[in-house]
Amino acid sequence: MVPITRRRVLGATGAVIAGAAAAALSEGFLPIGGRARADEQPDPLRLRRWVMVFDLQRCDGCVGLGLPPQCTQTCTWSRFVPEGQQWLEVFESELNELPDAGIQFLPALCMQCQNAPCTNVCPVAATFHTPEGVVLIDQERCIGCRLCMAACPYDRRFFNWDEPVQPPQVKSSPYNVQTQTPAIKGTVMKCDFCTDRAEAGGLPFCVEGCPRDAIYYGDIEEDIATNGSEVVQLSRLLNENEAFRYKEELGTKPRVYYMQGHGEKALPKTKTEHERTFMKDRLEWPWERIVAELEKLGAEKPA
Amino acid sequence: METGAGRLEELALAPLRRTRRGYYLVLLGLLVIVGVGVFAYSRQLAGGLAVTGMAPTENKIMWGLYITNFVFFIGISHAGTLISAILRVSKADWRTPVTRMAEFITVVALMVGALFPIIDLGRPDRMLNVIRYGRFQSPILWDLFAISTYLFGSFVYLYLPLIPDLATCRDRLHDNISAPRRWFYRTFSAGWRGAPDQRRILAMALVLMMIVIIPVAVSVHTVVSWIFAMTLRTGWNSTMFGAYFVAGAIFSGTATLIVVMAILRRTNHLEAYITQKQFVYLGYLMAALGMVMVYFNLSEFVTAGYKLEEGEPVYLNQVFTGTFAPIYWFYIFGGLLLPALIVLMPWTRNVAGVLVAAVFVDIAMWLERYIIVVATLRVPQMPYNDLATYAPTWVEVAITAGAFALFAFLIMVFVKIVPVISIWEVSEQLEQEQGQPAIDALPFPAAQPAGGS
Repeated sequence: MVPITRRRVLGATGAVIAGAAAAALSEGFLPIGGRARADEQPDPLRLRRWVMVFDLQRCDGCVGLGLPPQCTQTCTWSRFVPEGQQWLEVFESELNELPDAGIQFLPALCMQCQNAPCTNVCPVAATFHTPEGVVLIDQERCIGCRLCMAACPYDRRFFNWDEPVQPPQVKSSPYNVQTQTPAIKGTVMKCDFCTDRAEAGGLPFCVEGCPRDAIYYGDIEEDIATNGSEVVQLSRLLNENEAFRYKEELGTKPRVYYMQGHGEKALPKTKTEHERTFMKDRLEWPWERIVAELEKLGAEKPA
Repeated sequence: METGAGRLEELALAPLRRTRRGYYLVLLGLLVIVGVGVFAYSRQLAGGLAVTGMAPTENKIMWGLYITNFVFFIGISHAGTLISAILRVSKADWRTPVTRMAEFITVVALMVGALFPIIDLGRPDRMLNVIRYGRFQSPILWDLFAISTYLFGSFVYLYLPLIPDLATCRDRLHDNISAPRRWFYRTFSAGWRGAPDQRRILAMALVLMMIVIIPVAVSVHTVVSWIFAMTLRTGWNSTMFGAYFVAGAIFSGTATLIVVMAILRRTNHLEAYITQKQFVYLGYLMAALGMVMVYFNLSEFVTAGYKLEEGEPVYLNQVFTGTFAPIYWFYIFGGLLLPALIVLMPWTRNVAGVLVAAVFVDIAMWLERYIIVVATLRVPQMPYNDLATYAPTWVEVAITAGAFALFAFLIMVFVKIVPVISIWEVSEQLEQEQGQPAIDALPFPAAQPAGGS
């Protein structure tokens, strides 16, 4: 039998403490900084996990309608997006390298990555995951170093280089981190996934604005999604259409999915005429005009 | 005054006693440039970063001259560590006349370089959030810790070997200096008498510091590179970035030391102590580091260019044949190969030749930092129709010029406060060469009372 000596007891105690410390560290018990742990299973509360799906078979960049991309436009108008920023931007990209393969329209917003490069690098936890896994930005804390913009592999972050122009009622409202209003000079902004609307039972503005019903919004926890016209089982939609995530190979784990296509379900067919008719450059940010009009009204009133 | 040590002391203290008019003129000129930079920054504070050339790039090129300058200045701050610490550790005797300058370049370059992340902030008023809400997972926090540690360590490492020389100033510069300066020398010479126990403690502290400062310096430029390498971008997403940056830092630091050394040698008449030997040896070091840089360029571009991952063709094309080609090839030929050639050719291996090579290296290394920052950001990450173009505005150029002027200004102020050459170390070495015990070499006898004034 092994005799119990003081040395042995101390040694064993030390090993236990070291083991416990290692376990604590590896489990992430130490609350460093302020990063929400997005990947945790929200067991007791059954948190929503918002997901967006773009049906590229239906998206034709609004070319067939002769309009600028309506998702971007609705988002910009309704979210008071500062001029020059497109939180949801529709890109045209070559389908493949085959001759006459045509064009694919790729609407891209903040991908709500679960392994988000932006939240990883933020020095002040101004950009963070909510418990639901949505990436938000606290513009009242952001120091404007723009490292998150350098880190984002989708270029979906925008900087307020100047004082952002917004209608006065937005400018004077109290700051809201969910809607990012009012916009603050010298800070970063991006798509916030309209969580305020989802919580109230509504749909994001881009989904509502899409004339092709090409955007689904849903909750992967409840396995349900809708494009505003029909309600579908989310996992089935994704599986049956072999949905993919943009730049999947980077390991960022986005919550935005795409169903492969090139607008073939949108009518009329626009495959070859896209360049004449894609009207992205006609997107408008009406803020300066609105502010000018209001100022004119204000000047007329006393007279 | 006929001994070597006495002559050196006279020579080293002369600039502290008398100042020529030309000095003030240069100082004034530098101050004007700094003033223009400060004015430009005030415009930026008022108008926000919208006044920079980054604003019109539609958020694609969000870093420009400021981050380039940050990397460059932190890079040249490695002059001090290399020359002082590494050469002290390896007991290379020829370093003694230049250590002081090297250490001062380190401190000044760090102070100037550390300004740039703050200048680059969109909300400088919230700077302290980095301390209030700091997340240690962010590379910016690593930089903050590494640079402040290095700055503190460099201050200590500059100050320790200064103590005996400050005591010399205290004892020798009674008259013709002002009361605050007398107070400065008396206080900071810390009662140095050159007693054996004091010398022993100083020697121990120096050994400790020179060993501590080397890993700290390596860590500094490694984490600076990690600001870039921790992203998924083509051109930055590289495992060798830390080593690449550290090598580049020591390379540009050596070049900067050669330039500063050449100027101070002329203005302070130190030709007898800083000879061709120092220039040539530092030149060799620079040439060797230049070859290391060539190797790193090869490793980086061959491995990337062979596979041509998405994004690489755009990156490599613009660097090799496109927008950045002129500055890239100047960097390779003018900044890496030509300086090595100058140093290796016997007929250019002299003070003037090494100086020219060093100037080339400094320019090229600044351009290299610019390519690293801007060329990578230009690579489209989404299917854009055209690439963004960055052109710095007058505000960015003026702030950059102001920073370089501030760098020179601080060095000029420094040479008026303390001897630019380490009197005690050089004398000690001179005496050693003449076969006398080093203990007697200090220019002040132990009998002299402490704080004698």
